Amino acid sequence: MSGRVYGSFFRLRFINGLQYRAAAYAGVATQFAWGFMEILLFHAFYQTDPAAFPMEFSQLAAYVWLQQAFLALFMLWFFENEIFDGILSGTIAYELARPTDLYVMWFTRSAANRLSRAVLRCMPILVVAVFLPEPFRLTAPANAADFGWFALTLVLGLLTVVAFSMLVYISAFYTLSSQGIRLVVSAVGDLLMGGLIPLPFMPEGVQKVLELTPFAAMQNLPLRAYTGQLAGEELLWTAVLQVFWLAVLILLGRLWMKRALRRVVIQGG
Amino acid sequence: MRLYVRYLSILLRSQMQYKGSFLLTVIGQLLGTGCAFLSIYFLMNRFHQVKDFTLPQVLLCFSVVLMAFSLAECFVRGFDTFPTILSNGEFDRMLVRPRNLMFQVLAAKMELSRIGRFLPSVAMLAYGVTGSGIHWTWDKVGVVVLMIACGALLFSGLFVIYAALSFFTTQGLEFMNIFTDGGREFGQYPLSVYGEGVLKFLTYVVPLALVQYYPLLYLIGEKENPLYGLLPLAALLFLLPCALIWRIGLRHYRSTGS
Repeated sequence: MSGRVYGSFFRLRFINGLQYRAAAYAGVATQFAWGFMEILLFHAFYQTDPAAFPMEFSQLAAYVWLQQAFLALFMLWFFENEIFDGILSGTIAYELARPTDLYVMWFTRSAANRLSRAVLRCMPILVVAVFLPEPFRLTAPANAADFGWFALTLVLGLLTVVAFSMLVYISAFYTLSSQGIRLVVSAVGDLLMGGLIPLPFMPEGVQKVLELTPFAAMQNLPLRAYTGQLAGEELLWTAVLQVFWLAVLILLGRLWMKRALRRVVIQGG
Repeated sequence: MRLYVRYLSILLRSQMQYKGSFLLTVIGQLLGTGCAFLSIYFLMNRFHQVKDFTLPQVLLCFSVVLMAFSLAECFVRGFDTFPTILSNGEFDRMLVRPRNLMFQVLAAKMELSRIGRFLPSVAMLAYGVTGSGIHWTWDKVGVVVLMIACGALLFSGLFVIYAALSFFTTQGLEFMNIFTDGGREFGQYPLSVYGEGVLKFLTYVVPLALVQYYPLLYLIGEKENPLYGLLPLAALLFLLPCALIWRIGLRHYRSTGS
Protein backbone atom coordinates (compact mmCIF):
# COMPACT_ATOMS: atom_id res chain seq x y z
CA MET A 1 0.00 0.00 0.00
CA SER A 2 2.77 2.36 0.98
CA GLY A 3 3.80 3.87 -2.37
CA ARG A 4 0.21 4.64 -3.39
CA VAL A 5 -0.59 6.37 -0.10
CA TYR A 6 2.39 8.71 -0.28
CA GLY A 7 1.73 9.30 -3.96
CA SER A 8 -1.80 10.50 -3.38
CA PHE A 9 -0.71 12.51 -0.34
CA PHE A 10 1.82 14.23 -2.56
CA ARG A 11 -0.85 14.92 -5.19
CA LEU A 12 -3.22 16.29 -2.57
CA ARG A 13 -0.63 18.65 -1.15
CA PHE A 14 0.48 19.70 -4.61
CA ILE A 15 -3.05 20.56 -5.77
CA ASN A 16 -3.70 22.34 -2.49
CA GLY A 17 -0.61 24.45 -3.05
CA LEU A 18 -1.76 25.42 -6.53
CA GLN A 19 -4.76 27.25 -5.06
CA TYR A 20 -2.73 30.21 -3.85
CA ARG A 21 -2.62 31.98 -7.20
CA ALA A 22 -2.94 35.62 -6.15
CA ALA A 23 -0.05 35.31 -3.73
CA ALA A 24 1.98 33.64 -6.42
CA TYR A 25 1.49 36.45 -8.94
CA ALA A 26 2.54 39.06 -6.39
CA GLY A 27 5.60 36.92 -5.77
CA VAL A 28 6.35 36.76 -9.46
CA ALA A 29 6.54 40.56 -9.71
CA THR A 30 8.87 40.73 -6.73
CA GLN A 31 11.14 38.00 -7.97
CA PHE A 32 11.27 39.46 -11.44
CA ALA A 33 12.34 42.88 -10.16
CA TRP A 34 14.83 41.20 -7.85
CA GLY A 35 16.39 39.19 -10.66
CA PHE A 36 16.57 42.21 -12.91
CA MET A 37 18.38 44.31 -10.32
CA GLU A 38 20.80 41.49 -9.66
CA ILE A 39 21.65 41.15 -13.34
CA LEU A 40 22.13 44.92 -13.62
CA LEU A 41 24.53 44.78 -10.69
CA PHE A 42 26.59 42.01 -12.27
CA HIS A 43 26.48 43.92 -15.53
CA ALA A 44 28.15 46.86 -13.79
CA PHE A 45 30.89 44.52 -12.59
CA TYR A 46 31.16 43.05 -16.07
CA GLN A 47 31.63 46.49 -17.60
CA THR A 48 34.23 47.36 -14.98
CA ASP A 49 36.44 44.39 -15.78
CA PRO A 50 35.17 41.77 -18.26
CA ALA A 51 38.38 39.76 -17.91
CA ALA A 52 37.71 39.09 -14.22
CA PHE A 53 34.23 37.74 -14.94
CA PRO A 54 34.39 34.00 -14.27
CA MET A 55 31.74 33.07 -16.85
CA GLU A 56 30.05 34.40 -19.97
CA PHE A 57 27.59 37.17 -19.21
CA SER A 58 24.77 35.19 -20.82
CA GLN A 59 25.53 32.35 -18.42
CA LEU A 60 25.21 34.69 -15.47
CA ALA A 61 21.88 35.98 -16.80
CA ALA A 62 20.59 32.44 -17.19
CA TYR A 63 21.79 31.56 -13.68
CA VAL A 64 19.92 34.49 -12.14
CA TRP A 65 16.69 33.96 -14.07
CA LEU A 66 16.54 30.25 -13.31
CA GLN A 67 17.36 31.01 -9.68
CA GLN A 68 14.43 33.42 -9.44
CA ALA A 69 12.07 31.17 -11.40
CA PHE A 70 12.76 28.13 -9.22
CA LEU A 71 13.35 30.03 -5.98
CA ALA A 72 10.69 27.99 -4.18
CA LEU A 73 12.66 24.79 -4.76
CA PHE A 74 15.83 26.13 -3.19
CA MET A 75 14.92 28.56 -0.43
CA LEU A 76 16.43 27.16 2.73
CA TRP A 77 14.66 29.69 4.93
CA PHE A 78 11.26 28.32 4.04
CA PHE A 79 9.78 25.88 6.54
CA GLU A 80 6.37 24.33 7.06
CA ASN A 81 5.06 25.98 10.18
CA GLU A 82 2.44 23.26 10.53
CA ILE A 83 5.17 20.74 11.27
CA PHE A 84 6.73 22.88 14.00
CA ASP A 85 3.31 23.63 15.45
CA GLY A 86 2.50 19.93 15.45
CA ILE A 87 5.60 19.13 17.46
CA LEU A 88 4.99 21.96 19.88
CA SER A 89 1.27 21.43 20.43
CA GLY A 90 1.37 17.64 20.41
CA THR A 91 -1.00 17.11 17.49
CA ILE A 92 1.85 15.07 16.09
CA ALA A 93 0.34 12.25 18.16
CA TYR A 94 -2.37 11.83 15.52
CA GLU A 95 0.23 11.52 12.82
CA LEU A 96 2.15 8.97 14.85
CA ALA A 97 -0.98 6.89 15.31
CA ARG A 98 -1.41 6.47 11.58
CA PRO A 99 0.16 3.49 9.82
CA THR A 100 2.38 5.75 7.76
CA ASP A 101 6.01 6.68 8.06
CA LEU A 102 6.36 10.14 9.57
CA TYR A 103 9.62 10.89 7.77
CA VAL A 104 8.15 10.09 4.38
CA MET A 105 4.97 12.02 5.15
CA TRP A 106 6.85 15.20 6.09
CA PHE A 107 9.24 14.77 3.21
CA THR A 108 6.36 14.37 0.76
CA ARG A 109 4.48 17.34 2.14
CA SER A 110 7.52 19.57 2.00
CA ALA A 111 8.49 18.55 -1.52
CA ALA A 112 4.92 18.92 -2.81
CA ASN A 113 4.55 22.37 -1.31
CA ARG A 114 7.79 23.62 -2.79
CA LEU A 115 6.98 22.12 -6.16
CA SER A 116 3.53 23.68 -6.36
CA ARG A 117 4.96 27.08 -5.50
CA ALA A 118 7.64 26.75 -8.14
CA VAL A 119 5.18 25.57 -10.79
CA LEU A 120 2.96 28.59 -10.19
CA ARG A 121 5.81 31.06 -10.27
CA CYS A 122 8.30 29.79 -12.81
CA MET A 123 6.38 30.11 -16.07
CA PRO A 124 5.70 33.88 -16.08
CA ILE A 125 9.27 34.62 -15.04
CA LEU A 126 10.79 32.29 -17.63
CA VAL A 127 8.57 33.56 -20.45
CA VAL A 128 9.37 37.23 -19.81
CA ALA A 129 13.07 36.47 -19.28
CA VAL A 130 13.31 34.74 -22.66
CA PHE A 131 12.04 37.82 -24.50
CA LEU A 132 14.26 40.39 -22.78
CA PRO A 133 16.84 42.22 -24.90
CA GLU A 134 20.44 40.98 -25.07
CA PRO A 135 22.53 40.54 -22.92
CA PHE A 136 19.95 40.25 -20.16
CA ARG A 137 17.78 37.54 -21.64
CA LEU A 138 17.56 33.91 -20.67
CA THR A 139 19.24 31.89 -23.38
CA ALA A 140 18.41 28.29 -24.22
CA PRO A 141 20.88 25.61 -23.17
CA ALA A 142 23.49 24.74 -25.77
CA ASN A 143 22.19 21.24 -26.35
CA ALA A 144 19.57 18.78 -25.23
CA ALA A 145 22.03 16.93 -22.99
CA ASP A 146 22.66 20.05 -20.90
CA PHE A 147 18.94 20.46 -20.48
CA GLY A 148 18.53 16.83 -19.50
CA TRP A 149 21.23 17.16 -16.84
CA PHE A 150 19.62 20.38 -15.64
CA ALA A 151 16.21 18.73 -15.24
CA LEU A 152 17.64 15.67 -13.50
CA THR A 153 19.88 17.54 -11.07
CA LEU A 154 17.12 20.09 -10.43
CA VAL A 155 14.88 17.34 -9.09
CA LEU A 156 17.73 15.86 -7.07
CA GLY A 157 18.55 19.36 -5.82
CA LEU A 158 15.00 19.80 -4.58
CA LEU A 159 15.23 16.48 -2.76
CA THR A 160 18.52 17.55 -1.20
CA VAL A 161 16.98 20.79 0.04
CA VAL A 162 14.04 18.91 1.55
CA ALA A 163 16.30 16.27 3.10
CA PHE A 164 18.32 19.07 4.68
CA SER A 165 15.31 20.90 6.06
CA MET A 166 14.06 17.58 7.51
CA LEU A 167 17.03 17.77 9.88
CA VAL A 168 15.82 21.17 11.06
CA TYR A 169 12.31 19.80 11.63
CA ILE A 170 13.65 16.87 13.61
CA SER A 171 15.80 19.17 15.73
CA ALA A 172 12.56 20.72 16.98
CA PHE A 173 11.91 17.50 18.94
CA TYR A 174 14.86 18.41 21.12
CA THR A 175 14.70 22.18 21.32
CA LEU A 176 10.94 22.85 21.05
CA SER A 177 11.72 26.29 19.75
CA SER A 178 13.71 25.69 16.61
CA GLN A 179 14.01 29.42 16.11
CA GLY A 180 17.76 29.54 16.64
CA ILE A 181 18.61 26.79 14.19
CA ARG A 182 16.23 28.20 11.63
CA LEU A 183 17.77 31.65 11.90
CA VAL A 184 21.27 30.35 11.43
CA VAL A 185 20.26 28.16 8.49
CA SER A 186 18.43 31.00 6.77
CA ALA A 187 21.22 33.46 7.37
CA VAL A 188 24.11 31.34 6.21
CA GLY A 189 22.53 28.83 3.82
CA ASP A 190 21.91 31.34 1.07
CA LEU A 191 25.57 32.32 0.89
CA LEU A 192 26.84 28.73 1.06
CA MET A 193 24.67 27.45 -1.77
CA GLY A 194 25.39 30.29 -4.14
CA GLY A 195 22.19 32.20 -3.57
CA LEU A 196 23.80 35.59 -2.92
CA ILE A 197 26.48 35.31 -5.56
CA PRO A 198 27.17 32.26 -7.76
CA LEU A 199 30.01 30.14 -6.36
CA PRO A 200 32.44 30.89 -9.26
CA PHE A 201 32.53 34.53 -8.13
CA MET A 202 34.04 33.55 -4.82
CA PRO A 203 37.79 33.19 -4.27
CA GLU A 204 39.04 29.91 -5.61
CA GLY A 205 39.79 28.34 -2.25
CA VAL A 206 36.36 29.15 -0.84
CA GLN A 207 34.69 27.87 -4.00
CA LYS A 208 36.62 24.60 -3.90
CA VAL A 209 35.58 23.92 -0.32
CA LEU A 210 31.94 24.90 -0.82
CA GLU A 211 31.64 22.69 -3.88
CA LEU A 212 32.24 19.69 -1.67
CA THR A 213 29.40 20.54 0.71
CA PRO A 214 25.78 19.47 0.31
CA PHE A 215 24.89 23.15 -0.20
CA ALA A 216 26.54 23.22 -3.61
CA ALA A 217 24.37 20.25 -4.59
CA MET A 218 21.25 22.36 -4.11
CA GLN A 219 21.22 25.12 -6.73
CA ASN A 220 24.80 25.49 -7.86
CA LEU A 221 24.80 22.19 -9.74
CA PRO A 222 21.55 22.36 -11.74
CA LEU A 223 21.90 26.03 -12.68
CA ARG A 224 25.46 25.62 -13.86
CA ALA A 225 24.63 22.43 -15.70
CA TYR A 226 22.00 24.38 -17.64
CA THR A 227 24.51 26.97 -18.80
CA GLY A 228 27.06 24.32 -19.74
CA GLN A 229 29.65 25.52 -17.23
CA LEU A 230 29.68 22.12 -15.68
CA ALA A 231 30.18 19.50 -18.34
CA GLY A 232 31.84 16.19 -19.06
CA GLU A 233 33.64 14.50 -16.26
CA GLU A 234 33.31 17.39 -13.85
CA LEU A 235 29.54 17.35 -14.24
CA LEU A 236 29.39 13.61 -13.71
CA TRP A 237 31.55 13.82 -10.60
CA THR A 238 29.45 16.69 -9.17
CA ALA A 239 26.26 14.75 -9.83
CA VAL A 240 27.66 11.70 -8.05
CA LEU A 241 28.51 13.91 -5.10
CA GLN A 242 24.95 15.25 -5.14
CA VAL A 243 23.50 11.74 -4.94
CA PHE A 244 25.96 10.93 -2.18
CA TRP A 245 24.90 13.92 -0.09
CA LEU A 246 21.24 13.22 -0.73
CA ALA A 247 21.68 9.68 0.53
CA VAL A 248 23.66 10.83 3.57
CA LEU A 249 21.11 13.50 4.50
CA ILE A 250 18.19 11.10 4.17
CA LEU A 251 19.96 8.41 6.16
CA LEU A 252 20.91 10.87 8.88
CA GLY A 253 17.39 12.21 9.03
CA ARG A 254 15.81 8.77 9.28
CA LEU A 255 18.16 7.59 12.01
CA TRP A 256 17.82 10.81 13.95
CA MET A 257 14.04 10.74 13.70
CA LYS A 258 13.93 7.16 14.94
CA ARG A 259 15.96 8.16 17.98
CA ALA A 260 13.87 11.25 18.57
CA LEU A 261 10.60 9.33 18.37
CA ARG A 262 11.83 6.71 20.80
CA ARG A 263 12.13 9.30 23.53
CA VAL A 264 9.31 11.59 22.53
CA VAL A 265 6.79 12.19 25.29
CA ILE A 266 3.40 13.50 24.40
CA GLN A 267 1.58 15.15 27.19
CA GLY A 268 -2.10 14.41 27.35
CA GLY A 269 -4.78 17.02 27.51
CA MET B 1 6.65 62.47 23.69
CA ARG B 2 6.64 61.43 27.34
CA LEU B 3 4.00 58.91 26.51
CA TYR B 4 6.10 57.54 23.65
CA VAL B 5 9.09 57.06 25.92
CA ARG B 6 6.84 55.22 28.36
CA TYR B 7 5.57 52.96 25.60
CA LEU B 8 9.13 52.25 24.52
CA SER B 9 10.31 51.37 27.98
CA ILE B 10 7.42 48.94 28.39
CA LEU B 11 8.19 47.31 25.05
CA LEU B 12 11.84 47.16 25.95
CA ARG B 13 11.17 45.46 29.25
CA SER B 14 8.75 43.00 27.69
CA GLN B 15 11.29 42.01 25.04
CA MET B 16 13.96 41.54 27.68
CA GLN B 17 11.76 38.91 29.30
CA TYR B 18 12.63 36.61 26.42
CA LYS B 19 16.37 37.00 26.51
CA GLY B 20 17.18 33.76 24.72
CA SER B 21 14.88 34.43 21.81
CA PHE B 22 16.10 38.02 21.63
CA LEU B 23 19.71 36.94 21.55
CA LEU B 24 19.08 34.36 18.86
CA THR B 25 17.36 36.89 16.64
CA VAL B 26 20.28 39.26 17.09
CA ILE B 27 22.72 36.50 16.17
CA GLY B 28 20.66 35.65 13.11
CA GLN B 29 20.74 39.28 11.99
CA LEU B 30 24.47 39.46 12.62
CA LEU B 31 25.12 36.37 10.54
CA GLY B 32 22.89 37.59 7.73
CA THR B 33 24.71 40.90 7.63
CA GLY B 34 28.03 39.11 7.72
CA CYS B 35 27.04 37.03 4.68
CA ALA B 36 25.94 40.14 2.80
CA PHE B 37 29.28 41.71 3.63
CA LEU B 38 31.16 38.64 2.44
CA SER B 39 29.39 38.61 -0.90
CA ILE B 40 30.32 42.28 -1.42
CA TYR B 41 33.86 41.59 -0.29
CA PHE B 42 34.23 38.62 -2.66
CA LEU B 43 32.97 40.62 -5.63
CA MET B 44 35.10 43.68 -4.87
CA ASN B 45 38.08 41.44 -4.25
CA ARG B 46 37.70 39.99 -7.73
CA PHE B 47 36.89 43.19 -9.64
CA HIS B 48 38.70 45.72 -7.36
CA GLN B 49 36.12 48.39 -8.14
CA VAL B 50 32.68 48.83 -9.59
CA LYS B 51 32.20 51.78 -11.92
CA ASP B 52 35.06 53.68 -10.23
CA PHE B 53 33.80 53.04 -6.71
CA THR B 54 36.17 51.30 -4.31
CA LEU B 55 35.37 48.84 -1.53
CA PRO B 56 35.41 51.44 1.29
CA GLN B 57 33.11 53.68 -0.74
CA VAL B 58 30.73 50.79 -1.39
CA LEU B 59 30.79 49.92 2.30
CA LEU B 60 30.00 53.53 3.12
CA CYS B 61 26.83 53.17 1.03
CA PHE B 62 26.00 49.77 2.47
CA SER B 63 26.42 50.88 6.08
CA VAL B 64 24.42 54.09 5.65
CA VAL B 65 21.51 52.25 4.00
CA LEU B 66 21.63 49.39 6.48
CA MET B 67 21.67 51.76 9.45
CA ALA B 68 18.76 53.72 8.06
CA PHE B 69 16.86 50.51 7.38
CA SER B 70 17.49 48.97 10.78
CA LEU B 71 16.49 52.19 12.55
CA ALA B 72 13.25 52.26 10.56
CA GLU B 73 12.63 48.56 11.20
CA CYS B 74 13.27 49.00 14.91
CA PHE B 75 11.05 52.01 15.56
CA VAL B 76 8.46 51.80 12.79
CA ARG B 77 7.87 48.10 13.27
CA GLY B 78 4.20 48.79 14.00
CA PHE B 79 3.62 49.72 10.37
CA ASP B 80 5.75 46.86 9.14
CA THR B 81 3.57 44.35 11.00
CA PHE B 82 0.40 46.33 10.41
CA PRO B 83 -1.51 43.53 8.61
CA THR B 84 -1.40 41.59 11.89
CA ILE B 85 -2.61 44.58 13.88
CA LEU B 86 -5.47 44.92 11.41
CA SER B 87 -6.51 41.31 11.30
CA ASN B 88 -6.42 40.63 15.04
CA GLY B 89 -8.65 43.62 15.80
CA GLU B 90 -6.04 45.55 17.72
CA PHE B 91 -6.58 48.45 15.35
CA ASP B 92 -10.24 48.72 16.36
CA ARG B 93 -9.12 49.26 19.93
CA MET B 94 -6.76 51.99 18.80
CA LEU B 95 -9.60 53.77 17.00
CA VAL B 96 -11.49 54.35 20.22
CA ARG B 97 -8.54 55.77 22.11
CA PRO B 98 -8.18 59.55 22.27
CA ARG B 99 -4.74 59.68 20.70
CA ASN B 100 -3.39 60.16 17.22
CA LEU B 101 -3.62 56.90 15.26
CA MET B 102 -0.23 57.07 13.62
CA PHE B 103 1.29 57.68 17.02
CA GLN B 104 -0.45 54.63 18.44
CA VAL B 105 0.66 52.35 15.62
CA LEU B 106 4.16 53.73 15.95
CA ALA B 107 4.24 53.10 19.67
CA ALA B 108 2.63 49.66 19.49
CA LYS B 109 5.72 47.81 18.39
CA MET B 110 9.42 48.10 18.63
CA GLU B 111 11.97 45.57 17.47
CA LEU B 112 15.17 46.09 19.39
CA SER B 113 16.77 42.98 17.91
CA ARG B 114 17.55 44.99 14.78
CA ILE B 115 20.64 46.03 16.68
CA GLY B 116 22.06 42.88 15.10
CA ARG B 117 22.02 44.76 11.82
CA PHE B 118 22.90 48.13 13.26
CA LEU B 119 26.11 47.12 15.05
CA PRO B 120 27.90 45.56 12.09
CA SER B 121 26.92 48.53 9.97
CA VAL B 122 28.67 50.79 12.50
CA ALA B 123 31.82 48.74 11.98
CA MET B 124 31.48 48.95 8.20
CA LEU B 125 30.86 52.68 8.41
CA ALA B 126 34.05 53.06 10.42
CA TYR B 127 35.97 51.17 7.74
CA GLY B 128 34.28 53.14 4.98
CA VAL B 129 35.05 56.43 6.71
CA THR B 130 38.73 55.69 7.24
CA GLY B 131 39.45 53.80 4.04
CA SER B 132 37.67 55.85 1.41
CA GLY B 133 40.28 58.58 1.20
CA ILE B 134 37.80 61.30 2.04
CA HIS B 135 39.11 64.46 3.65
CA TRP B 136 36.69 64.70 6.57
CA THR B 137 35.36 68.04 7.66
CA TRP B 138 32.50 68.81 9.99
CA ASP B 139 30.09 69.50 7.16
CA LYS B 140 30.82 66.07 5.68
CA VAL B 141 30.17 64.42 9.03
CA GLY B 142 26.88 66.31 9.04
CA VAL B 143 26.07 64.95 5.59
CA VAL B 144 26.58 61.36 6.77
CA VAL B 145 24.27 61.94 9.73
CA LEU B 146 21.73 63.48 7.37
CA MET B 147 21.97 60.50 5.01
CA ILE B 148 21.26 58.07 7.83
CA ALA B 149 18.46 60.10 9.42
CA CYS B 150 16.65 60.93 6.18
CA GLY B 151 17.20 57.38 4.95
CA ALA B 152 15.51 56.06 8.08
CA LEU B 153 12.57 58.41 7.51
CA LEU B 154 12.36 57.36 3.87
CA PHE B 155 12.17 53.67 4.78
CA SER B 156 9.61 54.57 7.45
CA GLY B 157 7.53 56.22 4.73
CA LEU B 158 7.68 53.02 2.70
CA PHE B 159 6.48 51.04 5.71
CA VAL B 160 3.59 53.48 6.11
CA ILE B 161 2.58 52.95 2.47
CA TYR B 162 2.79 49.22 3.01
CA ALA B 163 0.52 49.53 6.04
CA ALA B 164 -1.91 51.85 4.24
CA LEU B 165 -2.25 49.47 1.30
CA SER B 166 -3.20 46.69 3.65
CA PHE B 167 -6.34 48.68 4.56
CA PHE B 168 -7.56 47.60 1.14
CA THR B 169 -6.30 44.03 1.16
CA THR B 170 -5.99 43.16 4.89
CA GLN B 171 -3.05 41.04 3.77
CA GLY B 172 0.49 42.20 3.37
CA LEU B 173 1.50 42.99 -0.16
CA GLU B 174 4.54 41.08 -1.21
CA PHE B 175 5.48 43.45 -4.02
CA MET B 176 6.23 46.21 -1.50
CA ASN B 177 9.25 44.10 -0.55
CA ILE B 178 10.93 45.27 -3.72
CA PHE B 179 11.16 48.73 -2.18
CA THR B 180 11.77 47.89 1.47
CA ASP B 181 13.92 44.76 1.51
CA GLY B 182 14.98 45.47 -2.04
CA GLY B 183 16.08 48.96 -1.08
CA ARG B 184 18.20 47.47 1.66
CA GLU B 185 19.69 44.79 -0.60
CA PHE B 186 20.39 46.91 -3.64
CA GLY B 187 21.32 50.01 -1.67
CA GLN B 188 24.48 48.06 -0.80
CA TYR B 189 26.08 49.57 -3.89
CA PRO B 190 26.05 53.19 -5.11
CA LEU B 191 22.75 53.30 -6.96
CA SER B 192 24.29 54.49 -10.21
CA VAL B 193 25.71 51.03 -10.88
CA TYR B 194 22.25 49.83 -11.88
CA GLY B 195 22.19 52.19 -14.85
CA GLU B 196 20.44 55.36 -15.89
CA GLY B 197 16.83 54.13 -15.79
CA VAL B 198 16.99 52.67 -12.30
CA LEU B 199 18.81 55.75 -11.02
CA LYS B 200 16.10 58.05 -12.41
CA PHE B 201 13.40 55.93 -10.81
CA LEU B 202 15.21 55.99 -7.48
CA THR B 203 15.64 59.75 -7.74
CA TYR B 204 12.16 60.90 -8.71
CA VAL B 205 9.77 58.13 -7.65
CA VAL B 206 11.21 56.42 -4.59
CA PRO B 207 14.02 58.85 -3.78
CA LEU B 208 16.51 56.42 -2.31
CA ALA B 209 19.30 57.88 -4.44
CA LEU B 210 18.81 61.25 -2.74
CA VAL B 211 19.95 59.81 0.58
CA GLN B 212 22.64 57.58 -0.87
CA TYR B 213 24.17 58.21 -4.29
CA TYR B 214 24.14 62.02 -4.64
CA PRO B 215 25.43 62.84 -1.15
CA LEU B 216 28.10 60.17 -1.66
CA LEU B 217 29.33 62.10 -4.70
CA TYR B 218 29.70 65.12 -2.47
CA LEU B 219 31.50 63.12 0.22
CA ILE B 220 34.11 61.67 -2.12
CA GLY B 221 34.68 65.07 -3.73
CA GLU B 222 33.23 64.13 -7.11
CA LYS B 223 30.81 67.06 -6.78
CA GLU B 224 31.84 70.28 -5.06
CA ASN B 225 28.40 71.84 -4.80
CA PRO B 226 27.24 71.51 -1.16
CA LEU B 227 23.65 71.23 -2.42
CA TYR B 228 24.43 67.59 -3.17
CA GLY B 229 25.09 67.09 0.51
CA LEU B 230 21.72 68.60 1.38
CA LEU B 231 19.72 66.45 -1.04
CA PRO B 232 18.74 63.94 1.70
CA LEU B 233 16.42 66.67 3.02
CA ALA B 234 14.65 66.76 -0.35
CA ALA B 235 13.90 63.05 0.06
CA LEU B 236 11.64 63.98 2.96
CA LEU B 237 9.12 65.31 0.41
CA PHE B 238 8.37 61.65 -0.17
CA LEU B 239 6.70 61.55 3.24
CA LEU B 240 3.84 63.74 1.94
CA PRO B 241 2.38 61.17 -0.48
CA CYS B 242 2.96 58.52 2.22
CA ALA B 243 0.78 60.46 4.66
CA LEU B 244 -1.80 61.01 1.94
CA ILE B 245 -2.01 57.31 1.07
CA TRP B 246 -2.38 56.54 4.78
CA ARG B 247 -5.34 58.95 5.06
CA ILE B 248 -7.04 57.54 1.98
CA GLY B 249 -6.53 54.05 3.32
CA LEU B 250 -7.90 55.00 6.70
CA ARG B 251 -11.09 56.33 5.12
CA HIS B 252 -11.54 52.96 3.44
CA TYR B 253 -11.11 51.01 6.61
CA ARG B 254 -13.60 48.37 7.53
CA SER B 255 -13.05 46.20 10.53
CA THR B 256 -12.50 42.52 9.94
CA GLY B 257 -14.83 41.95 12.85
CA SER B 258 -12.53 39.70 14.78
